[in-house]
Amino acid sequence: MTQASSRRDLLKGAVLGAVAIAPGLTLIAPAAQARPAGSAASAANRWGLLIDTSKCDAGCTACVDACKTEMGLPALDRPATDAQYIRKVDVKDPKTGHQHSLPVMCQHCAKPPCVDVCPTGASMKRADGIVLVDRHICIGCRYCMMACPYKARSFAHEDQSNQKAHNPRGKGCVEGCTLCVHRIDAGGRPACVEACADTGRAAMIFGDLNDANSEISRRLSKQASSRIRADLGLDPAIRYQGI
Amino acid sequence: MKRIDYLSVRAWTPGWLMLMAGSAVIIALAGAAVLFMEHQGHHVTGMTNQVVWGMPHVFAIFLIVAASGTLNVASIGSVFGREPYQPLGRLSALLAMALLAGGLGVLVLDLGRPDRLIVAMTHFNFKSIFAWNVILYSGFFAVVGVYLWTMLDWRMKRAYKPAALTAFVWRLVLTTGTGSIFGFLLARDAYNSAVMAPLFIAMSFAFGLALFILFLLGTATALERSLSLDLLRRMGKLLALFAAANLYFVALQHGTALYMADRGAIEAFILLNGGIYTILFWGGQVLLGGIVPMALLFRSQATRCNIRFASLMVVAGGLAQVYVILIGGQAFPLTLFPGMEASSGFMDGQVAAYAPTLAEILLGLGGCALALVITIVGISAFRILPAALGPVEASE
Repeated sequence: MTQASSRRDLLKGAVLGAVAIAPGLTLIAPAAQARPAGSAASAANRWGLLIDTSKCDAGCTACVDACKTEMGLPALDRPATDAQYIRKVDVKDPKTGHQHSLPVMCQHCAKPPCVDVCPTGASMKRADGIVLVDRHICIGCRYCMMACPYKARSFAHEDQSNQKAHNPRGKGCVEGCTLCVHRIDAGGRPACVEACADTGRAAMIFGDLNDANSEISRRLSKQASSRIRADLGLDPAIRYQGI
Repeated sequence: MKRIDYLSVRAWTPGWLMLMAGSAVIIALAGAAVLFMEHQGHHVTGMTNQVVWGMPHVFAIFLIVAASGTLNVASIGSVFGREPYQPLGRLSALLAMALLAGGLGVLVLDLGRPDRLIVAMTHFNFKSIFAWNVILYSGFFAVVGVYLWTMLDWRMKRAYKPAALTAFVWRLVLTTGTGSIFGFLLARDAYNSAVMAPLFIAMSFAFGLALFILFLLGTATALERSLSLDLLRRMGKLLALFAAANLYFVALQHGTALYMADRGAIEAFILLNGGIYTILFWGGQVLLGGIVPMALLFRSQATRCNIRFASLMVVAGGLAQVYVILIGGQAFPLTLFPGMEASSGFMDGQVAAYAPTLAEILLGLGGCALALVITIVGISAFRILPAALGPVEASE
């Protein structure tokens, strides 16, 4: 008897709980693509971005601002040492005067030099191609910063405050763009992409390069794109159009 | 072979105490500098997200490179069988270990997280030349330690030759590893070349021998032990040869780069219009560190004073050379868009500014002082220094 009633209570509680939480869940993220908690990232995915520089305005910093807010990167007014996970680079052809602007962040290379040079293995690539720094074993040697062709990494030069739970930062460790891995694992898209769509001209598309049916793969199969420093053969997951 | 007497240095004399106290003060200041930099974070140094390795690395790399070069004196005597060098083998091995300890001390204390040294010793990514260097540097102490033991203890005589050969090979591999830290950096125009490894070996030969000569001259004077001019001239000629080899590889490094169209900008920066880096390259590295010592040491009548000055110049030029390679190479912007002009709020396309702070310099000097203390304790505790190194010629 006791057992039956407790089972009934449990079921009742579960239903009530589900009813209470469900609306919130749907508001936070579309659960369809989310990676179940506890399961490993899969090599079946390769997350990447396609950035159309013809839609990227020189003065627009929506992606940069969104990144700073999302990752908890306060501006300390020290440009040489402040962390920057994404930056806007203005590029000019000195021969023709043609100019364009584009965001540059960690390119999440398939063959990342930062991972190769890291002595402890703190610089690592997940199965789904996202390049991250394990802050538990980063010794702050900065060799990855020397090795990165994209200047995509920053060193935490001082004590950090107001940190975000999804981006713990520690003085003396190296850090960089995580492609908003916390959002991706929850089925979302990176903050920069979202901001670009909301306040910019939707120059950035996020998706799975391994999924032939994803928007990014369909675009890449039909239109020309390029990689920054493609000559290095690192196979970055960030593709550009118009550079 | 002549019998060689070795005598340990008497400790606790006024001169000994003064030297140790002076070194201790520098080490204490370096310690305070480390506490300051680690407590505040690296933003109080001259280092930035652009120039990520600064003055401490200049000292550390110089000391590490010199350490392996200092061991050459022992190798010349043992592996290559040159008798005049054999009495100097013990000092050579001790000094090599001391310099490496000084350099590694600086390197470790400049890490963002020096408290995680144990992580570096327990987690190895074998694709990383840095991880290999951790093994090579630790192994150097073991290999050279055993080598020194075989020189100090007659019961170990049988192991002397194998130990000597192992140490010689180990030191060549070690400097190859140090040079390859730069050689393997594919995206940096100033590096990314296989020549970095032999260049670093040539540098080590020159810097190490120069420091060895300076230390030998210093102890001979301080302890009033004889040191023959003939031996000094012999070492001086060898130093000139090493300085020439260094210049040869530098010429090869820049000659190769000049031949590549895309390296024109970095070469112009270092060789022509790089401000402090150009001045240090031509004035420090090439003139003071190369041509002046060669001019002084290749003469058959080089005096003791010439040899001391030339050795000092090789050391000064060597520091300039490491500074140009390390800081100059980083100050020049990365090329993300070849043939284009780039600019951003993150210093893209700009030459990065770097000025070493006092704390960084103190840390570097602390490494030098640590090396000196280890050497002096070593020559005081063990019979390292020969009682005499030939007569002092009257012709001086």
